Amino acid sequence: MTFLSIKNSAPFTHQVSSVQKIMFTVLLALIPATAFNLYLFGWPAILLFTVTVGACVVVEAGCLILAGQPVKATLNDYSAVLTGWLLAMSLPPWAPWWIGVLGAIFAIALAKHPFGGIGQNVFNPAMVARVALLISFPVAMTVWVMPHPLFSAHAPGLADAIAITFGGQMPDAVSAASALGHIKTELSRGIPVSQSLAQAPDMMDMMLGYRAGSLGETSAILILAGGLFLMARRIISWHIPLSVMGGVFLMGAIFHAVDPARFAPGTFHLVSGATFLGAFFIATDYVTSPVSKKGQLIFGLGCGVLIWLIRTFAGYPEGVAFAVLLMNALVPIIDQYTRPRAFGRTRKGEPLPLGKENP
Amino acid sequence: MKLFPIRGGIHPDYRKELTSEKAIVALPMPVALYIPLQQHIGAPAEVLVNEGDPVKKGQMIARSGGTVSAPQHAPTSGRIKAITAIAAPHPSGLAQTTIILEPDGKDEWGELPEPIADPFTADTHTINERVAASGIVGMGGAAFPSAIKLNLGTQKKLEILLLNGAECEPYLTCDDRVMREYADEIIDGARIMAHALGVPRVVIAIEQNKPQAIDAMTRAASTFSEVEVVGVPVQYPMGSERHLVQAITGRETPAKKLTADIGVVVHNVATARAVHHAVRFGRPLISRVVTVSGNAVREPNNIEVPIGARVADLIAFCGGFAVEPESLINGGPLMGQPLPGLDVPVIKGMSGILALTAAEINQQPASACIRCGNCVTICPCGLVPVEMAAFIRKDNFKVAAQLGVMDCVSCGSCSWLCPSHIPLVHYFNYAKGMINAQDRERRKIEQTRILAEAHTLRVEKAAADKAATLAAKKAQAAAAAAAKEKDETPA
Amino acid sequence: MLLAVGSLTIMGVTLGSILGAAAYFLAVEENPLEEELKEMLPGSQCGQCGYVGCGQYAVALAKGEAPITLCTPGGRAVIEVLARKLGVTADLSEHEEKVPEYAVIIEDLCIGCTRCIKECSVDAIMGANKLMHTVIADVCHGCAKCVKVCPTDAIEMRPIPMTLGSWHWAKPEDQHAMH
Repeated sequence: MTFLSIKNSAPFTHQVSSVQKIMFTVLLALIPATAFNLYLFGWPAILLFTVTVGACVVVEAGCLILAGQPVKATLNDYSAVLTGWLLAMSLPPWAPWWIGVLGAIFAIALAKHPFGGIGQNVFNPAMVARVALLISFPVAMTVWVMPHPLFSAHAPGLADAIAITFGGQMPDAVSAASALGHIKTELSRGIPVSQSLAQAPDMMDMMLGYRAGSLGETSAILILAGGLFLMARRIISWHIPLSVMGGVFLMGAIFHAVDPARFAPGTFHLVSGATFLGAFFIATDYVTSPVSKKGQLIFGLGCGVLIWLIRTFAGYPEGVAFAVLLMNALVPIIDQYTRPRAFGRTRKGEPLPLGKENP
Repeated sequence: MKLFPIRGGIHPDYRKELTSEKAIVALPMPVALYIPLQQHIGAPAEVLVNEGDPVKKGQMIARSGGTVSAPQHAPTSGRIKAITAIAAPHPSGLAQTTIILEPDGKDEWGELPEPIADPFTADTHTINERVAASGIVGMGGAAFPSAIKLNLGTQKKLEILLLNGAECEPYLTCDDRVMREYADEIIDGARIMAHALGVPRVVIAIEQNKPQAIDAMTRAASTFSEVEVVGVPVQYPMGSERHLVQAITGRETPAKKLTADIGVVVHNVATARAVHHAVRFGRPLISRVVTVSGNAVREPNNIEVPIGARVADLIAFCGGFAVEPESLINGGPLMGQPLPGLDVPVIKGMSGILALTAAEINQQPASACIRCGNCVTICPCGLVPVEMAAFIRKDNFKVAAQLGVMDCVSCGSCSWLCPSHIPLVHYFNYAKGMINAQDRERRKIEQTRILAEAHTLRVEKAAADKAATLAAKKAQAAAAAAAKEKDETPA
Repeated sequence: MLLAVGSLTIMGVTLGSILGAAAYFLAVEENPLEEELKEMLPGSQCGQCGYVGCGQYAVALAKGEAPITLCTPGGRAVIEVLARKLGVTADLSEHEEKVPEYAVIIEDLCIGCTRCIKECSVDAIMGANKLMHTVIADVCHGCAKCVKVCPTDAIEMRPIPMTLGSWHWAKPEDQHAMH
């Protein structure tokens, strides 16, 4: 009886895991924060979210067809859904529909597929799209609104929402500045941070998310919950989130201690903007972050420091997307210099000298 | 005892409960035994018998074929039916010379060497000679001739004999059962080996998922102060020689060196038992315990098998297949070798026969790497599987070698956990084979060049000699002619 | 505008002239290359490349007149070192890796003429006049020169068989993109 064609070498047992399962778990972790924010910003946000995710899937399918790759199998890995989801979370909730569609094209057709599709892109697709949109359409990308929870008195109904998202009819007098934007503007008018901070939403509102901002920027607590869930499921490790937040917090705290009038405190930097979303969901993207734990710490710390630098000194109030993209570019080099030490060898790759077996 | 952490590793589904409570049973003698000449690392054995010869149980039928080699013995009495090439228990399915023995059913022992009366006063040479003559090889899977490893005490400064009872591979329970049922024999064998090596200490390392084995071994070792039984954490690949040494001593064996260079010699527990049999009773290694397991087998079991029984005999003894297996494996599922069929024989290094279903193997089609980095985190050797595989895919073996592919022990951890199901270890096995083949080719070219140069020199020298002789002859002739002329010149 | 175009043109012309002059006056003698290439070749002078010996092939290689894929005994390994040395990419897709072979003398046909012994450049054939010859398989490097001189066609080339020692895993079939 010879029945076995031998094609594969060992191992002959495999963990039950797949790319699809990983992506699905990440989506699951995003649901609480997303649901809460969609509730906060109402129908226009729901429409924009749907358009953005849908556009990403359609563009992905198109690219796969053009590249001659299996469409159904690859779409099933949910990576396009995740990209669209993260992109939607980084957009102003009441932005017009074409922002979402253009973003999808930037993310999937420009940042992902030209490099060869999933696993090959150097830069985080959602962040490429966000940055491209921000630079191309600065006005549309910086119109923030205060929360208008669904079914509340001032919330737009579905019809109003369609007008806002698809008709471009942004109602006047709803726009509000994000906290980061507010202190930046005030500072440029000569009002010290210590004063303008008093007008920013208090810490509790910032944490819960009852404030102006993009979908994913608000509600730090629910983002944190999702991130902790991912850690518990061992999808991500603590290295990147902690080092990103550590970097932001430390820079903020140190400089605030030096000059409180000029620099916002570390805790403010931590809970404002997209720090949590960036630390747990954006910088941790497998494809565009280093593979070794040491590399991940360096990468995260770099992101954190850059976020603070951009927020504090650059023209834009928020710097997560820029910081992540800049660090993405360094990943190959970080990878190269943070390879683990091989068993029985020195860091340089020479065999350990005898008599030094306890490195 | 203080233990030391090892890097990375995985916690696979162990599935040892299939056979862990099955006591060892003897396989009924099959109708024919197929004893390959090469069951070990090194040179094949040399045949000592002819077709038709009657042989007794324990009789040497093939002698050691070199300094690194091992003899083969008849596992039972009978007649040599043939000496021919049959498929080896190897993924290539290539044939190798095999002695086919037809048992006569009497199972009569031949004349065995005298037991060594008091091994603890015998010298190293006497014990090693006995171990070598008994055909004992490492029974954990690598099948390296044990006598050579026992000789290391004469060359290196050794401190510890480490007995490997980790058995970290899923499914396998043969060492577990041997430790539970023959603890005294193992301890005695280990003490004899320690004496031969000249080491003062024996440490027996057993993974903590085998509490009964730890108990049995601790009890058997209690009267000997130099023997210590240690439970080590359940962490694959704890049973890898270098990693176990690190866990026990904290010492990291340098690349390209042996564990003996840092004072530790590692042997498998079943090998120690074989040494006990050889030294105390003069019995050679003619059988071993094999775990037959996997969901495709009807009744998984631990079986004491005469060397040379066919895999088919074992499967039949276990009630045959419950379902058609997807793969048939020699060894554990993580590091084992696939077998080409059921007609191959059991050899000395075969610890398990696994008949696995597709569901157990869970091999999915590979998808693109998403750089999750898990392979880097868990690699027990500190390598970067994701990068190595990327270079090997492009057949760039030079960079792969620089990244350390030759340091990979093929433990299988990275392939086991890759979410994209990329056959990483297969890439590394391919690269190792290609790099070795290229090395052989380079050596051959070098040899050819040296020979060709010698040839050219010789031809040139021959031509020069010929020319010289010719010239000399000419000169002689000329001189002779001149002399003659002179002679003829009238005075 | 004119200024920019002008200055760039002047810069281009000047720098170009300097480079040209440097290439001319500082040119390196190329002959050492021949020696180096000869070192890389097997040196068995088998002539299967079409040149008289390894030296002549090396000269042709140095001049860029010969493709790097001609050396049969050297196989893929030699092609790769040559490619690296000469800075060219070896088109190995065209190169059909010949299965390594060795010569075998068919005993019944050998008349013991010793012609093959004289022809063998690595002294791999044993025997004497009027006595049957044998090839030492380990030493034979498969140049097949002996086959051509044998008057009775008693020598044939056979592929070196794969053994348990030389077998290794083939490349995995999965061809999914990584990196």
